[in-house]
Amino acid sequence: MLDISELKTVETDVVVVGAGGAGLRAAIESSAQGMKTVVLSKSLLGKAHTVMAEGGLAASLGNTDKRDNWKVHFRDTMRGGKFLNLWRMAELHAKQAPARVRELEEWGAVFDRTKEGLISQRNFGGHRYPRLAHVGDRTGLELIRTLQDHGVHQGIDFLMECTALSLLKDGERVAGVLAYYRETGRFVLLKARAVVLATGGGGKAWRVTSNSWEYTGDGVYLAYEAGAELMDLEFTQFHPTGMVWPLSVRGILVTEGVRGDGGILLNKEGKRFMFDYVPPRFAAETADTVDEATRWLNGDKNARRPPELLTRDVVARSIRAEVKAGRGSPHGGAFLDIASRRPADFIKRRLPGMYHQFMELAEVDITTEPMEVGPTLHYFMGGIRVDADTQMTRVPGLFACGECGAGMHGANRLGGNSLSDLIVFGRLAGKCAAEYARSLSSTPQADAERVKLAVRGATEILNRESGENPYLLHEKLQDVMEEGVGIVREEEDLKKGVLGIEELKERAKNMKAHGTSQYNPGWHEALSMRSMLVTAEAVARAALIRQESRGAHTRADYEGERDEWVKYNIVSRKGADGNMEVEKVLRPAPVKYLEEIANSKIEDLEAGKIGADAPND
Amino acid sequence: MGTTRKFKIWRGDSQGGDFKEYDVEVDPGMVVLDVLHRVQSRQANDLAIRWNCKAGKCGSCSMEINGRPRLSCMTRMNAFGADETLTVQPLKTFPVIKDLVTDVSWNYRQNKRIRPLKPKPRGADGEHRMYQEDVDRVQEFRKCIECYLCQDTCHVLRDRGGQDQFVGPRFMIRLASLEMHPLDDDDRIPEIRKEFGSGMCNITRCCTEVCPEHINITDNGIIPLKERVVDRYFDPIVFMGQKLFGISKRR
Repeated sequence: MLDISELKTVETDVVVVGAGGAGLRAAIESSAQGMKTVVLSKSLLGKAHTVMAEGGLAASLGNTDKRDNWKVHFRDTMRGGKFLNLWRMAELHAKQAPARVRELEEWGAVFDRTKEGLISQRNFGGHRYPRLAHVGDRTGLELIRTLQDHGVHQGIDFLMECTALSLLKDGERVAGVLAYYRETGRFVLLKARAVVLATGGGGKAWRVTSNSWEYTGDGVYLAYEAGAELMDLEFTQFHPTGMVWPLSVRGILVTEGVRGDGGILLNKEGKRFMFDYVPPRFAAETADTVDEATRWLNGDKNARRPPELLTRDVVARSIRAEVKAGRGSPHGGAFLDIASRRPADFIKRRLPGMYHQFMELAEVDITTEPMEVGPTLHYFMGGIRVDADTQMTRVPGLFACGECGAGMHGANRLGGNSLSDLIVFGRLAGKCAAEYARSLSSTPQADAERVKLAVRGATEILNRESGENPYLLHEKLQDVMEEGVGIVREEEDLKKGVLGIEELKERAKNMKAHGTSQYNPGWHEALSMRSMLVTAEAVARAALIRQESRGAHTRADYEGERDEWVKYNIVSRKGADGNMEVEKVLRPAPVKYLEEIANSKIEDLEAGKIGADAPND
Repeated sequence: MGTTRKFKIWRGDSQGGDFKEYDVEVDPGMVVLDVLHRVQSRQANDLAIRWNCKAGKCGSCSMEINGRPRLSCMTRMNAFGADETLTVQPLKTFPVIKDLVTDVSWNYRQNKRIRPLKPKPRGADGEHRMYQEDVDRVQEFRKCIECYLCQDTCHVLRDRGGQDQFVGPRFMIRLASLEMHPLDDDDRIPEIRKEFGSGMCNITRCCTEVCPEHINITDNGIIPLKERVVDRYFDPIVFMGQKLFGISKRR
C-alpha cells in the first residue's frame, strides 16, 4: 500500500491551478498580499488558452468615447446575459475593469493607441461604445505575456506541465492539491491553506470547438468532486462561424467581422438562406430582400441590416438547419462568401488575419473563393458557483475565477468581457484567497485516504492489463455531445445524451494507457476524460432542466425566453449517493440601483436621471 | 480520399533513441500535427508531443520536420512531395525529454534574468501617453509566441554551445522590446552587452528566416541593440564624456 509520506510534498499558503489570464492574475495578487504562492500550469507557462483571444478587453476607459462609464458597461453586460448574470459580479466587473487595464500598462503591455496617445478602444457586439482595449487581433497574447513577465519576478513558484488530479480536504475545508508532473510522471502533494481554480472551460467534450486540448473542464471536475457546486452549465456559447474544413482547422474561429464587412451565407444550391430564418421579433429591423441588404452594405441609411447580422444564436441555428436539410456545404457547413461582395484589396486590408488564416491553413483565397463555416463551441458561461464578493465556493478555502467560474456572464457573454473577467476576478480571487489563508491559525492537514485514492485512481490506468483506448472514448464523447447536447437542444436528444454519457462513464472506469508514466499523453488523455465526463454530464443535465430558450441555450421544444425562468439558476452538485444532483435555485433579488440601471432607457441613464445615487466603488 | 504516407518519427528519451517508421492514412488538408495525432490515437498512444492551440498562436508544437525547425500545426502535408517520407525529430538545441518533446526550461531561466519594465511616472492627468508610431516597433517584437524556433536554429546556441554566453534571438528581441519601450526608465545597455552577449550574434539571419510570426529579429531587433552598445562603449566622444564628466547617455 502506498505510503504518502514518500510522496514529494510542497508546503505553501496558496495554490493556483491554472496559468492563463485568471490564474496568473490571482497568483500575482496572492503573492503581493505576502502569501507564499504556487501556480500549477498544465502546459508551459505562456501557452494557456488566453493566448488565442483576439478582440480585446472590455473596460469603460472612455478614451474613444467620453460618454462611457461603468453603468453603461454594466447595463450592456446584463442585457447581453439576458438578465441571468449575478448582478453583483457584473457590477464589480464593470467598475474594476478600467483600473485593471491601466495596471497592465504599468506592467509592460503595449496596447494600440489613439491619436492622443491613449489606449485605443474598438467597437464590439453588444457594447454601446467603443470599449475594447486591444492589440491588433492578438490581445490575448499581450495579456498573458504581460502577466507572465511580471509574474516571474513576484516570487511565485511556477510548476510547469504539472496537472492537478484531486483537491485535498481537511474535514470540510480545502487542504491542498494532488498533482503530477508530466515530464516524470511523479506525483506531488501540495499542502496549502487555500486553492484557487482558474482552469478555463470544457469545450473539448465537443468535436467542433475553438478550444485547445487543455479545455477539458478540470476545475469543474475538481470542484465538483470536492463538494463545491456548479451553476449555469447549460449556457455554452456556440459561435456561428468556425472553420469546418480541412480537418486540421475544424472549429477555428472566423470573425464576425467577415459578415460585418459584407460577407453572406449561402447553401450548396447557392441560395442566400438567412432570409428564410428571420425571427418575428427581428423582422422589423432586418432587410427582407437581397436588394435592400445590398443597399445597406452600400451605405444606404434607410435600408435595414442584412439577415447575416442577426444574433449569434439565430445564425448558428440557421446554418445547422440547412445542413440537417441536406443543403450544407461538402464538409457539413455553409458557404461564407465575401469574395463576390468586396474587392480583393478591401478584404486584405480589413481582414488580414482571416486572409492569412485561410490561405495558410486551408489554401483558400478568400478574395476569390467562399469559406466553408459552421457553428463551433466557443465558451462556457457556466462553471463553479462562487460568492460574488470573494470568489469563494461553498468549500471553505476553495476559490474559482475566470471561465471556470460562473455568474459573470449569465446566459450569454459579450465579446471582450472574458479578458476583463480574467483580470478583475483573478485579482479578487487571489486577494480573498490570501486573506483567507492568513486568517487560518494552522495549516489544514490533508486526509491521507483521499490522497491514496487519488493516486490509485490515476495509476490504475497504467497498471491494468488491457482496457479502453482513452482517445477513442474521447471521440465517442464528442459524438455524444455533438448529437445530443449541440446548439439546438430537445428533450429526446438530451436524454439520449445523458444516457450516452452514463455509458461512457462506465467504460471510462476501464481505461488503459500503454507505456510508462513519463510524458505519456495517453495517460494524460485518460485522466482528462474524467474531467470531461463530469463537465459534459453537468451541461446535459442542466440543459434538460431549463425548459426555455435563453441566450446561448436553445431548446427546439421550448422556444423563446420564459419569464418564469429568469428567476432561477440551475445548480448541480455531487449527491451523497455519488450521483449528480441538479436543481433550480431561486435567484436573490438585485439591489435597487442595479435593477434600475439595467432596466433603464439609455437616454435616461446617460442624462443622469437614473443611477445617480449608485456608489462608484 | 486518404493516402498512406510514410513517417519516420524519432522515439526515445534522454538516454537515447531512434527513428521509427509509421505508415499513416493522411486526409486532404491535414497538417503534420494532425498526422502525429493520428499516430498517437491509433498506433502509439504514448507518443509524446507538445502542443496546445493548433492555430499557430501558442508556439508549443515546435519540432524539426525534414531537418527544418517548424511549427507542426502550421506545416501542411501537401507542402511535401506525394511519395516523400517525412522525418520528424525534436528540436536539436534542447535536451530531449521524450520523443518529440524537449526540455526548454533554459529559455524560461533566461527570461527571468531580464529585469521587468521600470515604468516612468504617469502624467499629471494620470495617463501614460505613447504614440502609435513610437510603439509600432515594440509591438512587432511583442508578437513573439515563444516557439523557440529561433533559439533552435541560432548557431551560437545550436552548434557552438554558447548557452552561457548568449541569451539567443528570442531574448534579444525581448530586451529590444524593453529597451525601445517608450515607458521604460531603465538602463539596459551594459547588461545587453555583457550579460546577455549581444556581440555573440554574427548576423546570419537564420533566426529571422524560421520565425513563424515574421518578426524581423535581426534587422529590427538585434542590429539596433548592437548599434546602441557600440554608441555607448565604442564612440570616442561619448567615452570621453563618461570618463571626464560621468555623463551617462542612453537612447
